[in-house]
Amino acid sequence: MRRVAVVGVGCTRFGELWDKSFRDLFIEAGIEALEDADLEGKEIEALYVGNMSAGRFIGQEHIAALIADYSGLAEFNIPATRVEAADASGGLALRHAYIAVASGLHNVVIAGGVEKVSDVGDAMGILSCAADQEWENFIGANLPALFALIARLHMKEFGTTEEDLALVAVKNHKNAVNNPKAQYRREISLEDVLNSPYIAEPLKLLDSSPICDGASAVILASEEVAKKITDTPVYIDACCQASDYIALHSRRDVLTMTSVVKASREAYKISGYSPKDIQIAEVHDVFTIAEIIAYEDLGFAKKGEGAKLIREGETEIGGKIPVNTSGGLKACGHAVGATGIRQVVEVVTQLRGEAGKRQVDAEVGLTLNIGGTGATAIVTIFSR
Amino acid sequence: MIGIVSYGTYIPRYRISVDEIARIWGEHAETIKSGLGILEKSVPDLDEDTATISVEAAREAINRCKINPKDIGAVFVGSESHPYAVKPTATIVGEALGIGNEYFCADLEFACKAGTAAIQICYAMVKADMIKYGLAIGADTAQAKPADALEYSASAGGVALIIGKSPIAEIEATYSFTSDTPDFWRRDLQRYPSHGGRFTGLPAYFRHTISAARGLMEKYGYKPGDFDFAVFHQPNAKFPIRAARMLGIDTKKIEQGLVVRLIGNTYSASSLMGLAAVLDVAKPDQRILLVSFGSGAGSDAFSLRVTDRIEEFPRNPSVWDKISSKEYIDYGLYLKHRGMIE
Repeated sequence: MRRVAVVGVGCTRFGELWDKSFRDLFIEAGIEALEDADLEGKEIEALYVGNMSAGRFIGQEHIAALIADYSGLAEFNIPATRVEAADASGGLALRHAYIAVASGLHNVVIAGGVEKVSDVGDAMGILSCAADQEWENFIGANLPALFALIARLHMKEFGTTEEDLALVAVKNHKNAVNNPKAQYRREISLEDVLNSPYIAEPLKLLDSSPICDGASAVILASEEVAKKITDTPVYIDACCQASDYIALHSRRDVLTMTSVVKASREAYKISGYSPKDIQIAEVHDVFTIAEIIAYEDLGFAKKGEGAKLIREGETEIGGKIPVNTSGGLKACGHAVGATGIRQVVEVVTQLRGEAGKRQVDAEVGLTLNIGGTGATAIVTIFSR
Repeated sequence: MIGIVSYGTYIPRYRISVDEIARIWGEHAETIKSGLGILEKSVPDLDEDTATISVEAAREAINRCKINPKDIGAVFVGSESHPYAVKPTATIVGEALGIGNEYFCADLEFACKAGTAAIQICYAMVKADMIKYGLAIGADTAQAKPADALEYSASAGGVALIIGKSPIAEIEATYSFTSDTPDFWRRDLQRYPSHGGRFTGLPAYFRHTISAARGLMEKYGYKPGDFDFAVFHQPNAKFPIRAARMLGIDTKKIEQGLVVRLIGNTYSASSLMGLAAVLDVAKPDQRILLVSFGSGAGSDAFSLRVTDRIEEFPRNPSVWDKISSKEYIDYGLYLKHRGMIE
């Protein structure tokens, strides 16, 4: 396996982008990534795109070909592949692009994620298809309800409080103020979160990430190529994926995302880093409880002690391990299939030292992208 | 000088509170009240509809200016709740008012802005000397599906304006901004409207309202500071306040016309009810900015200058008097009043 580097990143603003179509979005992100890498379209050898549900959101399937076409890559007849793992689709696209370069099959590939959700009314219904439709959704256990069950049990078992959950949202909003790509660039107070209406008790409106439109793209190159075209390559030291039972009730432990544990432990083993070495992380805070559980399953905290990290400010910018410096899914917005790559864009931007007012001092970073309630997890470790 | 010669209003006396509707659906009333800025809304009686509401408002307008109804040469009723799909409301109104048979007449529909479109048509006809007076009405008994967010705001009311020469408020200028924007609609035979949620905000309400206001000011040379009062379409209290801020208009200038908090969104009558509340207190030479909004979508902006004639004009009972004359009903009676149970 060869070393692989990220040589270009691009991302649209996330949000309710009424005046931008699906096509506008991926083209904008892709062009930004190409310009960032100072490459031309003809130098791209393959395209991977993560997308959860264009078929239901905009009535369009076969989107990898569509993207190749509208981004001008169809002329070169490159292989274009769409992958899907619910909201881990972006991370999955990254992994397949990584494998393609690491294996020696390709030298330069683009991995993107895109979702256009604001054209339909029932985005939550579509997103909840990430859970088990027959055994969860049909009985009303959609994604907010499932994460609410997790949160309730976490509170009962470990004494985590609604305030602890709220602190995650407060932190992520604070970070997003300095991220020009974020949907909600404003601070919210603890009271704002605690006074927001319940979506599924104990989770409130402001514990929940907003589903939004957006696209993101990264260009990966072999180490040899990367060294020729950029002075600031960010290397992918490991990109690992694991699965778990799709339905929450089938899992051994509702409070542990085994997929996250497995993928992260493998990534630590391959990269040679340990949780202590990670200096910045973008994790999948689809609901605030998911960030607290991510701290535990990634090994940043012991099981049951995730809330302590947020309480003590350790995951804030300036803390021991800053998490979601971009604002995370909560404040950056959750453009479903684009989120996994958007996380990579943030970590790469940070490791290059180009994150402006939200810059942290880091050489090693991690992204965690999960699908649904964690039946898919992709953990990637980067270093500069 | 052409403008508003007289105006009349009608607000059904029944009210249902946001608390009562929220109680039924298990929603948090305080959050809705602070989110929408609406506390209660007007509800028509069982036998009230757009025709009866229009007649009530128009009768008041005619009584106030004491013109001969036969001098009214045009009747336009703007509404999105005309009682008949085919058969005009405006003929019912014309007949009830004793206008005779020699008058131009049509029903108009442009979501919440058909009433201001009626003003523009009457204004043009008076200007062209086709008619002496025109009657422009905006009235609605707005529909909302139970449990839809609209249920907290969709209400009933009507405003009638007589447009002609020697006005109490001169129409100095009018400007419209229109585009095909499907933010809110109701197809034929559908009982309740559909809407695009937050899409009704920035790309619809704000884009059109702000563009019409700015267009009016740019084309006719006004500055935000030139207006003593401003009235915007008020689907809730939040939108018009934000629109004023976006235009750099002091939000104190919209308070007098901000009636939505206590009667809800009267749709085609919404901005006109705010205008009527402003005319209730306006003094000669004061200038009013009026901007309506209709989904689909468009906004009509007007610059109105109040004349000396307002001083002799009978303005009671005022809109705010009518707002405070009320009787609360519960959700069961509300369903009965709205014909949802029989």
